[in-house]
Formats: sequence, C-alpha cells, structure tokens
Amino acid sequence: MAEDFLLRALAAGGLTALVAGPLGCFVLWRRMVYFGAALAHAALLGIALGFLIGVSPQAGMLGVALLVSLAAVALEERAQLASDTVLAILAHSTLAVGIIVLSLTAPAQSGLLGYLFGDILAVSGADLLWVAVTAAAGLLLLAVFWRRLLLVTLHPDLAAVDGVHATAVRLLLMLLLSLVIAVSMQIVGLLLVVSLLILPAAAARRVARTPEAMAAVAAVAGMAAVAAGLQLSLWFDFPTGPAIVAAATVLFALSLAVRRR
Amino acid sequence: MPPDSTAAPLLTVRSLSVRRAGRSVLERVDLELHAGEIVTLIGPNGAGKTTLVRAALGLIKADHGAVTRAPGAVGYVPQKLHLDSTLPLTVARFLCITAGCSRAAAAAALVEAGLAHVKNTAFQQLSGGESRRVLLAAALLRKPRLLVLDEPSAGMDVSAQRDLWELLARVRERRGCGILLVSHDLHMVMAATDRVVCLNRHVCCTGHPESVSRHPRYFELFHGAPGSIAVYTHRHDHQHDLAGQVRR
Repeated sequence: MAEDFLLRALAAGGLTALVAGPLGCFVLWRRMVYFGAALAHAALLGIALGFLIGVSPQAGMLGVALLVSLAAVALEERAQLASDTVLAILAHSTLAVGIIVLSLTAPAQSGLLGYLFGDILAVSGADLLWVAVTAAAGLLLLAVFWRRLLLVTLHPDLAAVDGVHATAVRLLLMLLLSLVIAVSMQIVGLLLVVSLLILPAAAARRVARTPEAMAAVAAVAGMAAVAAGLQLSLWFDFPTGPAIVAAATVLFALSLAVRRR
Repeated sequence: MPPDSTAAPLLTVRSLSVRRAGRSVLERVDLELHAGEIVTLIGPNGAGKTTLVRAALGLIKADHGAVTRAPGAVGYVPQKLHLDSTLPLTVARFLCITAGCSRAAAAAALVEAGLAHVKNTAFQQLSGGESRRVLLAAALLRKPRLLVLDEPSAGMDVSAQRDLWELLARVRERRGCGILLVSHDLHMVMAATDRVVCLNRHVCCTGHPESVSRHPRYFELFHGAPGSIAVYTHRHDHQHDLAGQVRR
C-alpha cells in the first residue's frame, strides 16, 4: 500500500537524484569532492542562521553556501594554502559555529540528528515543491550551459579564447552545487550528501563512453538507489537516508564488475 | 605567401608591462604580428614568454600598455592539457567540444592531421606529442586568422617536430594565418621563422633569425657572456663519409 508520505519521499528523492547525478559528474571531473563536503558542513550553519533570523532553512543554507564558495576562492588566492586545507578549515569552522548557533536557537539538540542523517519520510508538500523547482532549474541550467561547462572543465584558457567567461561558469557550477546540496540535506543529511553526488557518478563512469552518457547513467543510478533505499527501509525498518546511500554503494560495487571499455 | 607588412597587423602589443606578486614579469614589451607571418618568442625559463602569450590572447590583464587584436577567430594551443581520468572523452568528441564542430568535420580534421587512428581513443591515453597534435588540430578547426602556440614541439620526437614545422608553414601558406609561437627548439626556429623575438622580461632583440643569432645580446642569453663557459655548439662545414673521412 502506497502511503502519501512514501510517494512524496520517492518523488523528492528521485528528483534530487535526477539532478545530483549529472552534477556529481562535474564534481568528479573537476575534483570538487572536498568542496561539496565543505558546502554540506556549512549547510548546518545556514539552517541555524535561518532559525536565528527567521528565514527558511533553505534560504539560510543557500546564503551560507554561496558565502563559503566565495570565501574558498578568495582564501585559495590570498592565503597561499592548498585547496584541501582551505576547504577543511571552512567545513569545520562553519560546522562548529553552526552547532553553537543551533544550540542557542533550537530546544536542546531537537533536530540535529535529522540534519546529520536527513529525514526523507518527513518531506511535506511544500518541501516537495521546492525540490521540484530546484531540480527543474538545475537540469535546465546544466543543459543550457553544457558545452560551456565541459569546455571550462577541459581547459579554462581554451574556453576563454572561445569567448566563454570561465569565472562566471565556475560560479554557476558552485551555485548549482549549493542548490543541490541544500535540497539533498533533507534526503540524506549533511554527513551523506556528498555520496549522493559521487556514488552514482562513479558507478556511471564504468559503463559510459561519453560525458552525456555518464551524466544520464548517473541520474538513473541515483534514482534507482533512492527507490531501493526506500524499499529497504520499508521492509527492514532501516534509517532511510543511510539505506539510500548503502543502495548506491551496492550499485557502485556492481559497476566494478563491468569490464572497462 | 610573404608576410604583408603594409596591411593592419593581426596583433599589436604596445609597451606591455605585467607584474605578479610585486615582481615584474614583463616590461614595456612591443610586438606586432601580420597576416602570413610566423613570429617565434624565444628566451630562457622565467623570461615571461607564456605570460606574453596569455596577455596577447586577453587571458590576463596588463598592468600597463595595450593589446589589440584584429577581428577574426583565434586558435590557441596551450602548453599542456590535463584531463581527469574520470571524464570519458574520445579524441573525436574532444575536437567537437573545443572547436564547436560536427562529428564529420572532426573526423576529417583528424585524417588531415594524420591522427585518424586515435579517433576513438580516450584523450587521456594519448602520448604528449599526440595530444599536442590533437590540440593543434582543434585550433585549426576553428579556422583561425591568428594562431598562437605555446611550445608546440615539446615532447615530440625529431621527425614529429619536423612535421609540425612543415605543417605550420603549410597553414601559413594556404590560409594566410599569422602565427605566434613560443619555442625552445632553436635550430627549427631559426630555419622556419620570419621573425624572432628574444625575450628576457623585456625584448632583448628582435629581427630576422639570421641577424638575431649574431646579436651579442642573444649570444649572452643563450651561450653565456663571451669568455665564460658556453654550451658547445658547432656548425658543420663538412660531412663525414661512411668510413669517417671528412668530405668537404
């Protein structure tokens, strides 16, 4: 029997995976895994600040994610630190401050576990609308800017000679990543957000021969993982977010068996 | 086609200065490139050759001076291109993306460049010399008026280098491109270039390869100051026969 909350969970998770798959490919190609992780940690600060100043958690997450993106770019240029160091500093400082602010604004640790591991079964109709709008906007932007995104990924200078504004395209990618991480928070939570981006893409790499095929396979693999995770959680009463990530891991493991063409 | 110096230049660099982190990288550099002309930048490591090329392409801003390019497509062959192994990309597809062309055009360009055999090879599996030739094919697909190459012959064996210089001469002849390149390959430069610009943060000397190679500044830059230890180079005024006897 399909309950409404299950259908909402399936739709929200599926739509998130649909856009996280192609975006996750860019995370792999451009080696932005640490960047994604930093954004996920910073998202908690966004939620906490949202409570503090009375805006929606989504708006708070997006605002903080954009600030962290800009801070990462600026720090890398000025502080003469490697990017993994810069990103770890940003991730942990925003997480620490996020937990402090959350302790001030919310009753003792009320929602912390939900933010860490997600709560896909609690997705409301309004949440689903926000996920759907984000996924549609994300897919549209990816499609429109596809060649430019690939060109900047291949070589920023070649893109610039071609008249592509490389910095603007990079910022677009950061914006998309912030958006997708903000919606994924409710699906799998901040500790597992990155896996929704990279596991389907990594699984797709084994079978794809073109960038487009890899993006498409990653989207399908992510949606399959969401459906399987929900089913597992229903049958065995597993926590849903971790069950989705476990299902994605199984898909990745299966992809290893595919002979690389 | 001889270089036509009466027409407006394709590229003009006027009194260009670039500073990086408080250090002067280029100082008051002037450069002109006309259609049908091959100009080569030479100079020691850290002389600012790549910086000058990047400024000429508009990739970095000048602190002083001006760069003007005539309208028309620009082909650029960067020094190297590293792709992450997670990106599934064949050579043909690489050309389609970078040149914005059809599959048929990419396939034809690969045949023309003698690279038909790597059409469906992953870009990451190419050797250094092969990937440079693919980058050049991609630049030519854009039908450039101005072609800019940063050390195109690095990583190529001698016969591939000769092929490259012959190809550049053909491109200049057939399409009338202006070609600006950076090269360390002094012997080839001297044989195949119309004008050499010897750079060491400023323009040391410039002119026809013959006159530059006799210029005292050039000699200082590449062979050390007169009297100091110099790299031994010699000109053959004779040949050896199979038995080692000198034939004049």
